[in-house]
Amino acid sequence: MAITYPIFLFLIFSSLVPILSLYEDQVGLTDWHQQYIGKVKQAVFHTHKTGRKRVVVSTELNVIATLDLRRGEIFWRHVLGSNDAVDGMDIALGKYVITLSSEGRVLRAWNLPDGQMVWESSLHGPKHSKSLLLMTNLIIERNNVVVIFSNGRLHAVSCVDGEVLWNKDFEAESLEVQQVIQPAGSNFVYIVGFAASSQFEMYQINARNGELLKHENAAFSGGFSGQVSLVSSETLVALDSTGLILLVISFHEGKISIQHTPISNLVEDAPGPAVIIPSSTMGLFAIRMNAVTIFIRVRGKGMLEVAEKVNRETTIGNALSISEGQQVFALVQHAGRDIRLTVKLAHDWDDDLLKESIKMDQQRGLVHKVFLNNYVRTDRSHGFRALIVMEDHSLLLLQQGTIVWSREDGLASIIDVTTSELPVERAGVSVAKFELNLFEWLKGHMLKLKGTLMLASPEDIAAIQYMRLQSSEKSKMTRDHNGFRKLIIVLTRAGKLFALHTGDGRIVWSRLLQSLCKSEACQHPIGLYLCPWQVPHHHALNENPFVLVVGRCFQSPDALGVLSFVDSYTGKELSSSNLDHSIARVIPLPFTDSTEQRLHLLIDADKKAHFYPKTPEAIGIVRREFSNIYWYSVEDDNGIIKGYALKSKCNSNVADKFCFDASELWSIVLPSESEKIIATVTRKLNEAVHTQAKLIAADQDVMYKYISRNLLFVATVAPKASCEIGSITPEESWLVIYLIDTVTGRVLHRMTHHGSQGPVEAVFSENWVVYHYFNLRAHRYEMSVIEIYDQSRADNKDVWKLVVGKHNLTSPISSYSRSEVVTKSQSYFFTHSLKAIDVTSTAKGITSKQLLIGTIGDQVLALDKRFLDPRRSANPTQVEREEGIIPLTDSLPIIPQSYITHNLRVEGLQGIITVPAKLESTTLVFAYGLDLFFTHFAPTRTYDSLTEEFSYALLLITIVALVAAIFVTWVLSRRKELQDRWR
Amino acid sequence: MASIARLLLLVLLSTALTVSSGSGYGYTINGRVKIPQGLGTAGLVLPGKMSNIKVILNGGQIVSYLRPDGYFSFQNIPAGTHLIEVAAIGYFFSPVRVDVSARNPGKVQAALTENRRGLSELVLEPLRDEKYYEIREPFSIMNVVKSPMGLMVGFMLVVVFLMPKLVENMDPEEMRRAQEEMRNQGVPSLASLLPGGGRN
Repeated sequence: MAITYPIFLFLIFSSLVPILSLYEDQVGLTDWHQQYIGKVKQAVFHTHKTGRKRVVVSTELNVIATLDLRRGEIFWRHVLGSNDAVDGMDIALGKYVITLSSEGRVLRAWNLPDGQMVWESSLHGPKHSKSLLLMTNLIIERNNVVVIFSNGRLHAVSCVDGEVLWNKDFEAESLEVQQVIQPAGSNFVYIVGFAASSQFEMYQINARNGELLKHENAAFSGGFSGQVSLVSSETLVALDSTGLILLVISFHEGKISIQHTPISNLVEDAPGPAVIIPSSTMGLFAIRMNAVTIFIRVRGKGMLEVAEKVNRETTIGNALSISEGQQVFALVQHAGRDIRLTVKLAHDWDDDLLKESIKMDQQRGLVHKVFLNNYVRTDRSHGFRALIVMEDHSLLLLQQGTIVWSREDGLASIIDVTTSELPVERAGVSVAKFELNLFEWLKGHMLKLKGTLMLASPEDIAAIQYMRLQSSEKSKMTRDHNGFRKLIIVLTRAGKLFALHTGDGRIVWSRLLQSLCKSEACQHPIGLYLCPWQVPHHHALNENPFVLVVGRCFQSPDALGVLSFVDSYTGKELSSSNLDHSIARVIPLPFTDSTEQRLHLLIDADKKAHFYPKTPEAIGIVRREFSNIYWYSVEDDNGIIKGYALKSKCNSNVADKFCFDASELWSIVLPSESEKIIATVTRKLNEAVHTQAKLIAADQDVMYKYISRNLLFVATVAPKASCEIGSITPEESWLVIYLIDTVTGRVLHRMTHHGSQGPVEAVFSENWVVYHYFNLRAHRYEMSVIEIYDQSRADNKDVWKLVVGKHNLTSPISSYSRSEVVTKSQSYFFTHSLKAIDVTSTAKGITSKQLLIGTIGDQVLALDKRFLDPRRSANPTQVEREEGIIPLTDSLPIIPQSYITHNLRVEGLQGIITVPAKLESTTLVFAYGLDLFFTHFAPTRTYDSLTEEFSYALLLITIVALVAAIFVTWVLSRRKELQDRWR
Repeated sequence: MASIARLLLLVLLSTALTVSSGSGYGYTINGRVKIPQGLGTAGLVLPGKMSNIKVILNGGQIVSYLRPDGYFSFQNIPAGTHLIEVAAIGYFFSPVRVDVSARNPGKVQAALTENRRGLSELVLEPLRDEKYYEIREPFSIMNVVKSPMGLMVGFMLVVVFLMPKLVENMDPEEMRRAQEEMRNQGVPSLASLLPGGGRN
């Protein structure tokens, strides 16, 4: 009864809450969904004669997927956990995909056709080591065997059920394993590696039972370095520790012999230390010195000779056996705008099996990986196809000199997102081909009418659906009246910028930023933020908007910064600059100059403030607003929050008038032994708030929301509780939340949740914060809301005061006024873990808000803010109910129809972005992770426009019927009048 | 047939071994996700659907997948209280609290957090299935009548067919008087309002 009662109540009152749902046939009208996999790490082809040709790939984002080799579509895909990186992968028995992941601890088999996991086994070992997976052709008791070396132990696992057949420890030796080799046709495996960096170790192991057959070692005083390259099943090539001497190590029949050849003997004017490019091509290996790649052949017993020296960027693919004793490998070289794919036989350097030149989009950068596959043509000659991975993480299939398909998998790792308006429709801009004529428009509506009247045939229904999905309106390249059409600009980890059209999600332009590419000055550049730089409004409407891309040279807070300015319409990089200071924070200021360029404040690691753009006009604005610029910094590690203001010009030796020193205004030091900062959230800068007053109908009262842009929400937990759930008891964990004014450092509110822990996800909007955390006592997730009200304005309730003008409503809101604030708070249980949370934002802020919750199941749930209202009580009065207060329940409802992602998943969800449309009722939602999802969302239905459902044809017919009826009645009345007169 | 027998064997074995201690590498949680027949749209679990179900430990610490028979396992789990969530499109699963105790390994303590129901064995079943779409109501004449256009047409029909009837039922004397009055007041008739109405 205790449970049924709230459910019953909920059922009654759920009718009060608008459920924002979708009919199944509306899918795809305003939303789109794109699936990606990330940068491919390994690829295995499955091209048997029967069945569909596919390629199995594992990626750097822990994804295993099979792709259709004809079109590049995903057959199935699995996203492993964040610390479950794939180490090795192969196909067994022609039907299972075997993956080794989690640093060699987890071995799984997936069914190749449908992706169902078949078995899983966990492999343990005594110590951490390199993980290697080798598919053998050995059969023990009718089980095919896969041999795995991981964590210092060699395992033989049955492919059929994942059972570990035997294992052998390599614990005692400090072996650094390099290769596990099975010579063809034998039933033993070699384990080769280095020990103590100057000793070569070779173990020969019986693959049937794990018995040690032979163990040999040989010392080399020069030491070993880097990786090895296998040149035959019993010979490998390594480099000494200086990188100047090549070592050919042969272990034929257990006898180890090491031959050394200095590189300078082979190559004259060797530029310096070399690195081996790991491969396993028979009789051939490659080394790289600076930018030069040298191919070296191994002849006879350790005789080395240079096959070719290549100065261009070269990528070498894996070796592929095409027939008995014949191995081929692929080379990809860049030549201007083209790439050149060459397939060579391993034992015959001078003869090329294939030489193709393919025109390549410059925005894809260099080739990073090549995977070669062959097929037999009808005339029994060999054909080749190559899968290449580019610098921008895209994946392409090359066959017969053309790109068969390409996938933009860079979009799987988005760093930051911003939006840009499209160009205004102008006379010069031709959009004619998108327009429909009136007849087609009417025909479309007649079809729709048939659909609503249930008169449509199945073909008609298909035509209606097609027409709705292909609506040309939504994919035009100009601004629309409702503000639905925009460009979503995303910055990816590869340093590429994409512009996606909100209508259909297509890529309008993409650009690999030169400033975020590897260069001499900047070795490992990474992108950080994307800010709208120039948004033309009134007087600069003819100019294109620009975005600012902020990056730094390597992953360290004191690395030098990189800026790049990109045109949002064309993707052209206007300019880029390598800065002479680091970037710790980017603060867009609420000031723009005469060309509508927004002023940005870049804070470097030394707490110096740098203003951009570097124009005299900007510095003028800064001087004017000098005393109004404040910022704060949060030091997570030592629990200090500090507030700063501008002080004076930098007194460094370089005269830079755009650089200012900061003065520390305040600091809050949290006790590091009891509190650790885990989350900080502020309000969005561009959020629109309609009204400060909140009418409380129950007691005819007005509350004033405390609306300040300078509020910071900080959540801290006990240091012990900052790790995962399950490792701490409720007694020793707590969660403390603060609301801090970032100008004065005043703590407006502090609250402790005992027995709770992180992770905390929070969202701050208007005068409220909603945050999600884990309650250890109840062992459930909780969501809390805090609302802040301004008490100093509360005495403005009297209408007479307002009339006479004795109110303080027009007094400016200042952080220094130290107004009295009142906070209200309430907590509720919530079922799921959270990955992201955001709130809808509309153009004027009138529409009531909904929270957008990214759940652990990678779905996005819309939850009405009214469920998180501190004024909810178990029995609201009649007046309160009329006001829309929902009776209090202990947990927040999950209504399946309010999943805005409906039956789709945004795999690996990372963030949710909301952008207001021009139409007040609607907000645009973009959720990204591995997948991208975009939809229009109306928090309280589209009250300000006709819906897609509206039937114009029915309206027309009604009007026509009415007009006809008027004429008929007119004729009738005339006739009657005439008869009356005759009478 | 052999596979069914193996499945049964697994069921028998697994009931006792929900939490077992691995040899020195923490504990192992074994469980099963069971989707009862009859739930879901077609009454059957679609084959592709089962393979996309994820079992998530402690909000993403470990992600595991299901075997064809619905079993899953988490290896190397330290003792403590853990939370298991099941992410499956189309079904609503309650998170499950699992206590792995260091003192008496093998003892299962699992409870659904949504309704605090204890589980004797770790078999997770969906609380309900989730339908993400509204069901479109079938076409009915009432909907058309109730729409604004329908109401407009309806009102017009009332005026056209019922008003003359009302007029007819009036007393002819009274009617004449009313018409007189109207003429005196100069209220234009419908005919005179329309073009061409003034001619006669």
